[in-house]
Amino acid sequence: MSLFNVFNVSASAMTAQSMRLNAVASNLANADSIVSADGKPYRGKQVVFEATPMGGTASMGVRVTKVVESAAPPRMVYDPKNPAADEKGYVAFSNVNVVEEMTNMISASRSYQTNVEVLNTAKSMLLQTLQIGQG
Amino acid sequence: MAGLAQNIEVFSKALNLRTQRHQILASNIANADTPGYKARDMDFAKAMQGALAGRGDGAALARTSSGHMDGSGGAAFGHLQYRKETQSAVDGNTVDMDVERAQISENAVQYQVLTRLIGDRLQSMRTAISSNQG
Repeated sequence: MSLFNVFNVSASAMTAQSMRLNAVASNLANADSIVSADGKPYRGKQVVFEATPMGGTASMGVRVTKVVESAAPPRMVYDPKNPAADEKGYVAFSNVNVVEEMTNMISASRSYQTNVEVLNTAKSMLLQTLQIGQG
Repeated sequence: MAGLAQNIEVFSKALNLRTQRHQILASNIANADTPGYKARDMDFAKAMQGALAGRGDGAALARTSSGHMDGSGGAAFGHLQYRKETQSAVDGNTVDMDVERAQISENAVQYQVLTRLIGDRLQSMRTAISSNQG
């Protein structure tokens, strides 16, 4: 029954979108971080989506191929009193753009929502199929 | 009676194609944010004609050379086409969410119509069987 494939496709998209939301969450959480685990300023993370075949030509799911870090320069703030300041008195903050992350978050949650709807449609179609001949 | 059974076969072919189309549309929606993904859809009328003419699931590939594979192994979608781009995106994605959502709703309703038609057909068969058992 190929309608079950729709479940796999939508589920893969939901997984991908929730990974994107995860990246947004860590970016927003670290928007004001000075250093990350490697000692350098935190860099914004973005997920990369790729279409992947799923059981037949018709079904294309999504998967996250890699997580890339933003190449934008760190946000330099002049604060000579800060112990993390360099010799010129600047502190390197993370390069996360909060406005971009917010729009990213809205987009991810909307896409997630749409995929849930697709899944529900497929489910009700399957239930209708079960109803054939029962009337 | 043969007529009734034949009709159900036509409906089930249409139901099969609706299922395939649902997969395609679900894939489009799933890949709405994938860079470079091109939205696809099937030409339902052509696929249905193909199915009625007995060419597999309406999606058999034409073999114009002996070296071609017949494509019978999997579901080969002979009538799968790329959707025309309405608004171009920078990342090369051509999925228009409004179009896809409208199409997937339409497809679901058509599917429901087909299941209802099959149910009615079975009901009339049942009526024919039991009509003289009063």
